[in-house]
Amino acid sequence: MFSKTLRISSSPHINKGVGVDVIMRNVIYALLPVTVFAIYAFGINALLVILTSLIACVLTEHLLNKFSNRPSTIADGSAVITGLLLGLTLPPIFPLWMTFIGGVLAIALGKFVFGGLGYNAFNPALVGRAILQAAFPVAITTWHPAFLADRFTRVSESVLTFPFAKPVVDGISGATPLSAFKFDQVTTESADLAMGLISGSIGETSSVLIALGGLYLIARKMMNWRIPVAILGAVYVLSGILYWINPEIYPSPEFMLFSGGLMLGAVFMATDMVGSPITPLGVVIYGIFIGLLVVVIRIWGGLPEGVMYAILLGNSLSPHIDRLIRPKVYGT
Amino acid sequence: MLKFFSNTFKHGVHPPEHKEDTNKLPVRQFPFPPLIVLPMQQHIGKPAQVIVREGQEVARGQLLAKADGYLSVPMHAPVSGVVRKIANVPVIGGQKASGIYLETFPFSGQEVVEGLPVPLSASPEAILQGIQDAGIVGLGGAAFPTHVKLKIPEGKFCEHLIINGIECEPYLTTDHRVMLEQADDIFTGIRYLLRVTDAKQVIIGIEANKKDAADHLADRIPDDLPVKVKVVPVKYPQGAEKMLITALLGKEVPLGGFPIDVHAVAVNVATTAEIGRLLPHGRGIQERVVTITGPGIKKKGNYLIPVGTPLRFVLEHVGAAENLSEIYMGGPMMGISASDLDISIVRGTSGIVVFGDENVKRSDKIYPCIKCGACVDACPISLNPSRLGILAKSEAYDTMAEEYHLMDCFECGSCSYVCPSNIPLVQYFRVAKGIVRKRKSAVAHV
Repeated sequence: MFSKTLRISSSPHINKGVGVDVIMRNVIYALLPVTVFAIYAFGINALLVILTSLIACVLTEHLLNKFSNRPSTIADGSAVITGLLLGLTLPPIFPLWMTFIGGVLAIALGKFVFGGLGYNAFNPALVGRAILQAAFPVAITTWHPAFLADRFTRVSESVLTFPFAKPVVDGISGATPLSAFKFDQVTTESADLAMGLISGSIGETSSVLIALGGLYLIARKMMNWRIPVAILGAVYVLSGILYWINPEIYPSPEFMLFSGGLMLGAVFMATDMVGSPITPLGVVIYGIFIGLLVVVIRIWGGLPEGVMYAILLGNSLSPHIDRLIRPKVYGT
Repeated sequence: MLKFFSNTFKHGVHPPEHKEDTNKLPVRQFPFPPLIVLPMQQHIGKPAQVIVREGQEVARGQLLAKADGYLSVPMHAPVSGVVRKIANVPVIGGQKASGIYLETFPFSGQEVVEGLPVPLSASPEAILQGIQDAGIVGLGGAAFPTHVKLKIPEGKFCEHLIINGIECEPYLTTDHRVMLEQADDIFTGIRYLLRVTDAKQVIIGIEANKKDAADHLADRIPDDLPVKVKVVPVKYPQGAEKMLITALLGKEVPLGGFPIDVHAVAVNVATTAEIGRLLPHGRGIQERVVTITGPGIKKKGNYLIPVGTPLRFVLEHVGAAENLSEIYMGGPMMGISASDLDISIVRGTSGIVVFGDENVKRSDKIYPCIKCGACVDACPISLNPSRLGILAKSEAYDTMAEEYHLMDCFECGSCSYVCPSNIPLVQYFRVAKGIVRKRKSAVAHV
C-alpha cells in the first residue's frame, strides 16, 4: 500500500492563488470601459491607434524573448497593458507608423533593457510616450474633436500617413482644454470634462470611467488606493490654494482634476506596482510628489500637460523612497 | 499617546481554515502499532540518552532514556513491549537519528506505570523538575522544553500567564478538542504554572472560530483562579507567541527579547493540559492528540496516538487516497513535508494533513517580483520580504541580516502565501539564515 513516491515542498504548502497573471488580467478588465468609450467617442481612428499599439507591444515582447532565448512572457499580460495604456495616451489621429514605433520602444527601452517585468524602473507605456513626444512633437499635440458624425466611417489621412512621411495635419483638429487654457485662457466646463465629452488623448477623456476601473481594482485589492488618492489630493489642494489666491489667473481645482491625463495617469500609470514604492507611507510621499509636480508643470512649466513627466520623475524617486522609508519592525 | 487597542496584531493573512472537517469530532484512542519507532530527539536541545538495553522488556510509561542535561527531556515507553533494537531511526527530512525500535506486546493490557507524583504543594523548583521529568515540550509544534521556557530569569518577573489556544494553522483542531474535552486538566495545569511563574493573572487566548471552546472554558473557571478567557479575531499567525502577546496585552515584545521582557509567559493550551494530566501521577508523555485530516484522508479525525507510531501505520488505519501526493507534518502553513512513510509521530506533531494530486493547487510558475507589496502588508513583524527576496537572489546575506532584520523572521510563511509571483520567500530566508549562522559561528571559532 502507498507505494507512490511522495512529493515534498517547502512551507507554506498553500498559496493564496492570486497570481501575477490574474492581477494583470484584472487590470485589463478595468481598462476596458474607458477603452470602449474612447473608441465610441473617437471612432475608427482611435480603434486603429489602440490596435497598432497593442500589436507592437505584444509582438516586441514576444520577439525580444525569442531572440534572447528566453521563454515568452506575453502570457503574463503585462505587455497587453502597456499596449493599451500607450494607445490611450496618444491623440486619436496619431499616425499608425509612429504608434508602432512607440509600442516597440516602450517594450524594448522601457522594459526589456532593464530585465523585463519587475525590473523596469519606469512605466513602459510612459517611456514609449516620452520618446514619441520628443521625436514627433507636432503630431503628438495634434488633437481632434470627439463625437464627429462621420467618426465610424472616415479614417483620418493623418492616421494612415506613410511611414517616415510628414503627417497631413487634419483640417479639423481642435485644442484640448488644457492647451486652450494655457495658451488662450479659455476654461472648459468641469462636468463635461468628467463625463468625457471633450477632446484630448484617446483615453484621457472620461474621468468617470477611469475612476470606475480604479474602484474595481481597489475593491479586488489589486491596486494601491493610496497612490491615486495622494496624487489627486495633492493636485486638488495645491491648485485649490492657487485658485483661492487668484481665481482670475489660476484654473479651478475641479478643472485641474478632470482635465488632461491626470485621471488616467493617477489611476492606471502611477499605480504600476514595479515603479512605485512598497510601503504605505512611501506611496503617499510618492503620490504627493507627483501631484505637486503636475500642478507646477501645468501652471508654470512650458507645457500644457505634465502628468507624464511627473510620473516618470516619481518612478525614478521611488527606489530612494523605499531606501529611506522603511516599516517600523515589530519590537523596535 | 492614545493608542487604539485592536485585539489583534498588525498585518497577517487569512488562509482558508478548513477546520469544519474535524472540529466536531471527539478525540478517539488510536490502536497501538505493532512496532514503535522512537527518535531520541523530538525536541529542541540534546537527544535523550538511552538507559535500556536491546531485548529488555519495558512497561508502558517506563523511562527509556534520560535527559542529557538541562536543555533536554527524557523519553518514556509509549507501549509495553520489548526493546528490539537501539539504532538510528528515520526522521523527517530523509535523515536518520538515534532512536529505539520497540515491539509492542500484542496481548498486553497496556497499563501505565506511574512514578512519584508531583503535588501542587511542591516547591516551584520541584514542579519545574517534574515538568522536565515528564518530558513535556511545547505541543503546539515548536517542541521547546517547557521547563526551560518557564524558568524566570534572575531579576525578571511574570505578571501575565498566557495560555495559547489560538491554533491559527489551517486544518488543525487539536487544541480545539483539548479545550472542549480536557477543561479540568487545563485548569490543573494552570495551577502548576501559577506556582512556577507567580503570575498575577491568566489569559486564555482563543480565536473567534472556536467560540464553543471559549464558552466551555469560561463556564468552568474555578472561583479561586484569576483566569480570563479572551476571544480574538481569526488571523494567521496569531498563534505565534509574540503575535499573541501583542493581541492580548497590546504590547510588543522587544526585538531579540523574550515574552518575559513584557512580564509575560505564554504556554500552549495542550501543553498546559498535559502538565495538569501527568504531574499529579508522576507520569511522562506517551501519546498526544493529533488531527489527521486533509482531502486525501478517508477517516478524518482527532486521535490520541502513541508517540513513535509510524506514519504508514497511521495512514493505513485512517485510510488515505491512493493518489496521495503530499503529507504535511503540522499544518500547511508551517508544517514540514514528509518524504517517506517510515517516519513516526513525535511530540511536536500537532497534525497530519494529506493532499492528493488534485488537491495541490500551488502554481510552479515563478514570476519576477513586481513589488506589489502584498508581502509587506502580510508580514506580522513588518519586515520587507520583497527586498529580502531580491537580496537573497543576489546572495547578499550579510546585508539581509544587518539591514533588513533577516534573523528576526520566524518563518510563518505569510509572505510566500500571498506572493502573486509564487516566489518561495520563506525558503530563501531559511537558507539565508542558515548561511548567516554558519558564518557567525565560523567567525566565533577563529
